[in-house]
Amino acid sequence: MSDVLVVADHRRGALRDVSYEILTAGRELADETGGDLHAAVVSGDVESFADDLNREGVDAIHTVGDGAEFNHDVYAQAVTALADDLAPEFVLAPNSVNGLDYAPAVANRLGLPYVSDAVGLAYDDGLVATREMYGSKVETTVEVDADSAVVSIRGGEWAAAEGTGDAEVSAFDFDLDESAVRSTVTGFEEVGGGDVDIADADVLVSVGRGIEEEDNLDLIFDLAEAMDATVSSSRPIVDNGWLPKNRQVGQSGKVVTPDVYLAVGISGAVQHVAGMKGADTIIAINTDPNAPIFDIADYGIVGDLFEVVPELIAQFE
Amino acid sequence: MKILVTVKEVAEVEDDFEIEGLSVAERFLEYDLNEWDDYAVEEAVQLQEAGDDVEVVTVTIGPERSEETIRMALAKGADRAIRVWDDALADADALDVAIRTRILEAVVAEEEPDLILSGVQAADTGFGATGVSLADAVGFEWAAVVNSLDQDALLAGEGAKVHRELEGGVEELTDVELPAVLTIQTGINEPRYASLRGIRQAQRKEIAETSLDDLGLDASAVEGNVHLTDMYEPESESDAELFEGDAGETASQLATVLREKGVGAE
Ligand SMILES: Cc1cc2nc3c(=O)[nH]c(=O)nc-3n(C[C@H](O)[C@H](O)[C@H](O)COP(=O)(O)OP(=O)(O)OC[C@H]3O[C@@H](n4cnc5c(N)ncnc54)[C@H](O)[C@@H]3O)c2cc1C
Repeated sequence: MSDVLVVADHRRGALRDVSYEILTAGRELADETGGDLHAAVVSGDVESFADDLNREGVDAIHTVGDGAEFNHDVYAQAVTALADDLAPEFVLAPNSVNGLDYAPAVANRLGLPYVSDAVGLAYDDGLVATREMYGSKVETTVEVDADSAVVSIRGGEWAAAEGTGDAEVSAFDFDLDESAVRSTVTGFEEVGGGDVDIADADVLVSVGRGIEEEDNLDLIFDLAEAMDATVSSSRPIVDNGWLPKNRQVGQSGKVVTPDVYLAVGISGAVQHVAGMKGADTIIAINTDPNAPIFDIADYGIVGDLFEVVPELIAQFE
Repeated sequence: MKILVTVKEVAEVEDDFEIEGLSVAERFLEYDLNEWDDYAVEEAVQLQEAGDDVEVVTVTIGPERSEETIRMALAKGADRAIRVWDDALADADALDVAIRTRILEAVVAEEEPDLILSGVQAADTGFGATGVSLADAVGFEWAAVVNSLDQDALLAGEGAKVHRELEGGVEELTDVELPAVLTIQTGINEPRYASLRGIRQAQRKEIAETSLDDLGLDASAVEGNVHLTDMYEPESESDAELFEGDAGETASQLATVLREKGVGAE
């Protein structure tokens, strides 16, 4: 019992990036435990997914053909059955929206401890996971005091596995209990549309919760006008109904890659950063010198946006 | 219909803080209702207002201090609250999902709700696991990261027709059989502010203090396998150039850089 089982993530016919990253995380852990790396892919075109997953360091790939798209009832059953069969030391799942929807159930079914959203994994006679807390303000280590565990890993923290592997690909024989499938995915819907496409903008002035009130948004629009930029935002602004959903940058919003991204009153939560880390130049204005946005910023002003932004507008007028 | 809402009081860390041992020193913490749970409470209260005979009960695992937060949920319209606490819990590993699951499982066994609403995650620990783990433990169906719920269909007994918010601006449409746990994403509704009347009424609503014993559990229920072993400020990987000076000076330096990058050029 020293193997590691990782579960791939896919949507609408394509593996998601985290599926290759989890292979790397899994391989590193398997090197520590001295076991094999098993990958599982459930639902959809599993044969072609298995081809794509067959990268360096993968020892075995298990396909479960039931279902066309993600359904947590199928995933929870399949991954639990596979873990029962292989008895791996660790099961790794992505901390994606789908991971959030089945990994805790798998841990519960297997009676194993669960650690979510790991950004680092170490092994020293037991698992030590690194996680963040308080919106990335602190980092913690978490020790698992058990022989095995289920862990979900954060996307973007491990490099994608590359190369070609010679994993043994096999269909996992498994009796799906249809009566336990009590949820049905009926379709997908794209959100967005709207007046502007922030993904096209060269310069984005992006506003976050630091703006405090809807009326204060005028200040941001004035700045954007002066800079000839487009206004985007973090999630709370959209949640509050102050800007339409198509202005939201982040994991569940848009991925943007402008030349300049000016983040005003945005903390830089991981789900926000997922959408803007590819910007050429990142600038942050924030009162909190420890705000995680400064970790990825090229330039920054530690200061009050209500003082800095009017001065900045004046500079461009 | 009975709706159980899991409500957590979360700590927010001030801009400047110190870590003492395995936690942020108490004086740098402020407590509030977890953002995601606020939306869950609102969704439950909206169902209660739209439906006949819908009761909303909140459940919190937390010390006496958390009653302030619980009153907030009551002021927004929840009918009554359960607060589970125990000396054994004070020492338990707060990060262990299995512990929370066991406790909430016992509460569900007593309350027998038809629907459980839970926040997607807690803002402090960010585990994102309680709702789904609980659903599986009590044999309910579930859906995680729900940002739309068809309230009419639910109240008409057609189950939960939800949208799950996936990555990249895509939503998944899913029909979920009841009883179910839905983990609620921010933006699903517009949480109300508690009215003065609501706040007054909340004072008279019941917060049932419940111990492990009351729930038929013993101290072993709060023994966990996931332990926090270290907490530190992350090493800043920042190579950001920070502009120094007052607002005018920093703005002018930033404007120079922006102009060099062609921003604002006519
Ligand atoms: C499944 C999931 C998906 C998500 N998807 C997204 C997404 O797509 N996009 C997204 O943005 N978020 C997303 N989130 C939410 C994310 O976790 C954060 O809650 C959000 O990004 C925080 O937004 P914020 O930075 O504006 O607010 P906060 O985190 O509250 O930060 C506000 C910042 O403003 C600063 N500030 C306050 N006052 C001032 C002032 N006067 N001057 C200057 N600075 C000031 C503060 O120091 C703070 O750093 C998602 C969460 C989950 C769980």
